[in-house]
Amino acid sequence: MSAQTQSVAIAPQLFKSDVKPVWCPGCGDYTVLSSITKALASLGLRPENVAVVSGIGCSSRIPAYTTCYGFHGVHGRALPTATGLKIARPELTVIAAGGDGDGYSIGGNHFLHACRRNVDLTYIVMDNRVYGMTKGQPSPTTEPDWESSKLSPHGTGLREFHPLVIALASGANFIARAFSGDPNGTADLIAQAVRHPGFSFIEVLSPCVTFRPEQRAWKEAARPAPVAPTDDPARAARRLMTDDGFNIGVLYAGHRKPFHPPVAKEPKRVAELEREFAL
Amino acid sequence: MKKRAVRKPAAKTAPRAKSAYTDFMIQAYHMEADAAERYGEFADQMEVHNNPEVAKLFRKLARVEDLHAKEIMKRMGWSTPPAQATSWLWRGTDAPESAPVTELHYLMKPFHALELALRSEERAAAFFRNMTRSVAPAEVRRVAAQMAKEEREHIRLIKAWMTKVEKPEPGWDRDLDPPNYSE
Repeated sequence: MSAQTQSVAIAPQLFKSDVKPVWCPGCGDYTVLSSITKALASLGLRPENVAVVSGIGCSSRIPAYTTCYGFHGVHGRALPTATGLKIARPELTVIAAGGDGDGYSIGGNHFLHACRRNVDLTYIVMDNRVYGMTKGQPSPTTEPDWESSKLSPHGTGLREFHPLVIALASGANFIARAFSGDPNGTADLIAQAVRHPGFSFIEVLSPCVTFRPEQRAWKEAARPAPVAPTDDPARAARRLMTDDGFNIGVLYAGHRKPFHPPVAKEPKRVAELEREFAL
Repeated sequence: MKKRAVRKPAAKTAPRAKSAYTDFMIQAYHMEADAAERYGEFADQMEVHNNPEVAKLFRKLARVEDLHAKEIMKRMGWSTPPAQATSWLWRGTDAPESAPVTELHYLMKPFHALELALRSEERAAAFFRNMTRSVAPAEVRRVAAQMAKEEREHIRLIKAWMTKVEKPEPGWDRDLDPPNYSE
């Protein structure tokens, strides 16, 4: 966490904008929004110290629902934008947010390299294992036998993407899984992720009740991970490779030094930048 | 020979008990405040999805829960809401009095909203009742018993309210142009 903290208690409502979310009633993303505001309040931050950056998709609408600086960007490009922002404005707390399609498919390559770069920012993925905004197509995390989409009536038959394992292998410094049905627990995990130096990744299981109504049952499956966080990548890998996707908590917290290139004291003039880009 | 450290005698007052009581009241406050916030969000959702009747009802429930939260603040002499608890009594789940987000439907009727509220009050009553049977300090158990009684009263009021609203007909959720229609 790099932004200034305040000594007085801050209400989570301070981080909620007047824009009402247009998510479907029952969507898990509502409580993720609430958890983000609670986490930022508990960290003693102010909205002007935080930037929320997203791509495209239902969950990527989230910057508009906060009073922080927001950037609702291009599909799959939340992470490069967030990385650039953090490098240029290291004093800001930068949160990138989005969904499983945006983060793991369209932005999949950026995900790998954001983990590898280990810039000090937090990436929250609201995973509902479906493209909701475009009406229910399978995403990279969709189960191979999910047959409810007309696009894949017999299921995709493809093995699911395992984001936590990929994040670990690619070098993420903090890996956690949360469940939107536990807003206070999710807020606590987000606060820990923001505090942890380097690239922090949180996968939030966030049901899509419109296209995946069976995900309402996640509240029975999700439970606190029965093990303490580890800083040993080999142990974390074994845990992540063998878990069933419903262990909630910090699953890995490493000690890699965050990447931060030197920043010029004075910003370059526009003319100077233009000369650098001239062919 | 190494000198043994002298252990200080226990304080005459019971700071642990006092701290447990304060912590419990912080959690009780957040339980009510979270419920108020949740109903407020539900009201917003229903307004956005053009269900003003249910939105109005959720707004009313939000005001009631907000009053309960303010009563706790008054009882504790807090001028501002307390910070989040460091460890929640309801680890791994929603706060007991918060209605689950995933139970909402854009075509729901006032009766459904009251059903959600009833289940939330029942969970809250059970939570406080369990506290009275726990190993918590006596002061905590005493105030938990009071709160359980209050929640039982809320259950009675909601049940009475439910008799005054229309029971939904079968097929209440039928939509000829559903949002998940994909062709």
